[in-house]
Amino acid sequence: MADMKVAAYICKGCGLGERLDADALVKIAQKDGKVPLVKSHDFLCNADGVAMIRNDIETEGVTHIMIGACSRRAKTEAFHFPNHAVARANLREGVIWIRPDTDEARETTQEMAEDYVRMGCAEVKAMTAPGGNPNTGSSKTLLVVGGGVTGMTTAIEASKTGYPVVLVEKSGELGGWAGKLHKRVPVHEPYKSPMDTGVADLVSQVLADGNIKLYLNATVARTDGAPGRFVVDIATESGATHTEDIGAIVQATGFTLYDMNKLPELGGGKSPNVVDQAGLEALAKAAAAGDGVIRRPSDNQPVKSVVFVQCAGQRDASGTHLSYCSGFCCNASIKQAMYFKDANPAVDTTIIYTDLRTPGNGEDFYRSAQEKGVIFTKGRVAQVVPEGNTSTVKFHDLILDDTDAAVADVDLVVLATGQVANSGVNIDALTKPQVEGQPGEPTAEGAVEVKPISILNLTYRQGPDVPQLKQGFTDSHFICFPYETRRTGIYTAGPVRRPMDIAQAREDATGAALKAIQALENAELGRAAHPRSGDLSFPKVRLEGCTQCKRCTVECPFGAIDEDEKRFPVFNESRCRRCGTCMGACPVRVISFENYSVNTVGAQIKAVDIPDEFSEKPRILILACENDAYPALDMAGMNRNEYSAFVRTIPIRCLGSVNTIWITDALNAGYDGVMLMGCKHGDEYQCHFVKGSELGRVRMSKIDDTLKTLNLESERVRDLEVAITDIERLPEMINKYAEELAAVGPSPFKGF
Amino acid sequence: MSANTAVAEKYRNNFLKEIEEQVEMGDWVKMCMQCGVCSGSCPTNFQSAWEHPPQELFMMIRAGKREEVLTTTSMWNCTSCYNCIVRCPRKLPITHIMHGIAEYAHRIGKAPKMQPTRFFSGLFWKNCTHTGRVNELKLSMGLYFKDGLGAGIKEGMKMKDVALGLMKAKRLNPFEILGGHKCKDQKGIQAMLAKAYEIERARKAAKMEG
Repeated sequence: MADMKVAAYICKGCGLGERLDADALVKIAQKDGKVPLVKSHDFLCNADGVAMIRNDIETEGVTHIMIGACSRRAKTEAFHFPNHAVARANLREGVIWIRPDTDEARETTQEMAEDYVRMGCAEVKAMTAPGGNPNTGSSKTLLVVGGGVTGMTTAIEASKTGYPVVLVEKSGELGGWAGKLHKRVPVHEPYKSPMDTGVADLVSQVLADGNIKLYLNATVARTDGAPGRFVVDIATESGATHTEDIGAIVQATGFTLYDMNKLPELGGGKSPNVVDQAGLEALAKAAAAGDGVIRRPSDNQPVKSVVFVQCAGQRDASGTHLSYCSGFCCNASIKQAMYFKDANPAVDTTIIYTDLRTPGNGEDFYRSAQEKGVIFTKGRVAQVVPEGNTSTVKFHDLILDDTDAAVADVDLVVLATGQVANSGVNIDALTKPQVEGQPGEPTAEGAVEVKPISILNLTYRQGPDVPQLKQGFTDSHFICFPYETRRTGIYTAGPVRRPMDIAQAREDATGAALKAIQALENAELGRAAHPRSGDLSFPKVRLEGCTQCKRCTVECPFGAIDEDEKRFPVFNESRCRRCGTCMGACPVRVISFENYSVNTVGAQIKAVDIPDEFSEKPRILILACENDAYPALDMAGMNRNEYSAFVRTIPIRCLGSVNTIWITDALNAGYDGVMLMGCKHGDEYQCHFVKGSELGRVRMSKIDDTLKTLNLESERVRDLEVAITDIERLPEMINKYAEELAAVGPSPFKGF
Repeated sequence: MSANTAVAEKYRNNFLKEIEEQVEMGDWVKMCMQCGVCSGSCPTNFQSAWEHPPQELFMMIRAGKREEVLTTTSMWNCTSCYNCIVRCPRKLPITHIMHGIAEYAHRIGKAPKMQPTRFFSGLFWKNCTHTGRVNELKLSMGLYFKDGLGAGIKEGMKMKDVALGLMKAKRLNPFEILGGHKCKDQKGIQAMLAKAYEIERARKAAKMEG
């Protein structure tokens, strides 16, 4: 760039001045970094230091700033220059805090600092200041799909916050699952008896709210666009289609009970007197409308004894039924047992459970049921044998270890089957064969059936619905990133996300509403959503270099990239989370961000001074994920956990953004080894970009071929799974790797 | 009771109701949540000394196992250390329930006749209410001869050094065998106890009639 003016600043505060030779660092920046304006300061982040930088910006026209001080994660407010390209050399957490303050260590510590200054200068020159995504939309309307408790709560919460809502419900009335309940589990002191569901109140709130536009008997026929500018077609029963401009979407499509007809051994489908929890709610509602006596369906006689079978078709290790616990059914069965006991204490109610789990204040509710005389029996039900108007429940009593235990003459058996998410089409089943290069044949294997009907009908290249994580639930890391899906601006809440009860679903709804509002506000400003919230950089592609290989469109974890008719990538910047996975995937390296590109990292790799093989000073490149690994390294520094002076660390946005050219370049340049530090992947993933670390690792698994062509040992590249808590472990791993490399010997590429 | 009704009553409230009505603190049995802390805390239950530890007894009551519960020796092993009561997360007065079940089993004649605790309890009560004073010599001899003459002599010989030591220290008077010391108003004490018996009998009879 013609008008680029670079300045470098070296801080001498926080002990940097005592531990390092600042004058030498200034000279390095001038000579090796080729920076015309280099200054040092005793205390760069104080008002005087920052004023010095601001003054240079104004009087000298500085556009690119290299700050050699603390970690890029520290003093972000002081060193906030949003209109300028800024690079940070981590001299504090990355150098003096992880090295001993001894005379012997002084030389290597200084060399470390000098390399980081060189790297910072090289990086900042390869950057431009991010300008923000110009392709924005400004719709502030929230689309809520599903009119159950979750959907209605989302709509009400968003409306109260001042955002208009479009609420789409497939059926003819609001209420969803909770609307079918007689009563709900109590959520107020003293937690002793079932309480009113509160659905009627929610429905009237929605109907009375002028900010909420309601479509009943309607489905989402088409969703196009990106956060801030979604265009959604809503198909109604009459056949008419209404088009709405939408800013963000919350999918609250709830669940269906696991089909009890799949449990014939438990009497499912064999007798009208064996029902699931929905069946009992219907009986209870009918009773409440009549004389209050729950009657058995076969002959309409009052129920005198009822057995509840917990975990029916759930927590099944054999793989036939649901493998998970749905979490709500213990409390629900306790509540249903109370329907009987509250009406007539003489009715025998037995709950057969293997592990009673009563979340929330369910423990008080459980105790109340015991006081009311509900019998709780720890056992595993083997068989329900219906005979005439009654059934026999055979089970293994786990306390008395009685394998022949049985309850006979039971009028009604209630099976607590679990929640199956209404998550739409499993797009992984659709796209995986394409990735493998085989003809796409959707598979319907596994415990949870693939539902053929799409909910959102996204026009995205990667499929019509949000991806599922496991067991058909839409993905989100349940602790770190609730509500997040891999479709930016589309959030899921309630039991479609994970099994939950009404109280949890309402909390979920509130959270998702706020997340969606954040997303549409960020989208309008051209900024990224979570986890790089506020980031103004966005991917830019040099299409003339593109070979239409489709790797970026296939790998983008967020479905941000579509294809045009010539199979060129079409970037939807507002859908992008700025992880850089496309950049790592691109074999011809035409994708880059303004402040993060193959060049910004490549230039840093090349800037490091590589001593010759006789110096006994190896060089190890660490590419550390900025979300977990880099903070862990910083915290290791704060704890003064020392590690090798031969490592040079470069933060990366995600392991998925690592382009193999960096590894090849580093090894060719004479680095002795490369460490990749990324987050855990798989079902229990911790990757902030969900699939980034996994995709990065798949890419790196092929690095062995590169090593072979270079005639290098496989130890030269090490992939490490790192969590943010690995503050003690990480320095140990680095030191161990340095020792291993010493045993392997220096790289043969040094000095070329 | 036919086999069919026996099955029909399993895991029903019948026996639980009987326990709730007849046993002191019996209405607590339904509140057990089967955590097993009582069984694990019981100092007399090491090496599974109890045929059915408290948690299991509670489950058996709910499962309707009437004969097994009332004829077992288990609750007679309780020494009233109160460890279970202190530790029970559901605050069940387990010690009292154990004594309550034992007392009920005894009352309706189901308790095992020669269970040592039960036998000693009877012996002690008879001993101390007879004269209004405990006759330790007679009490210990009564226990020694519980299982017959031979076993009694053998047990006595085994304990003779202790007995001689106690005699030297004037803690044991061999002449107690002739009748021993009494309280001043022996007749008064017995009249008082007879009245207490009468009251209790009437109360429990009323309870059993429901």
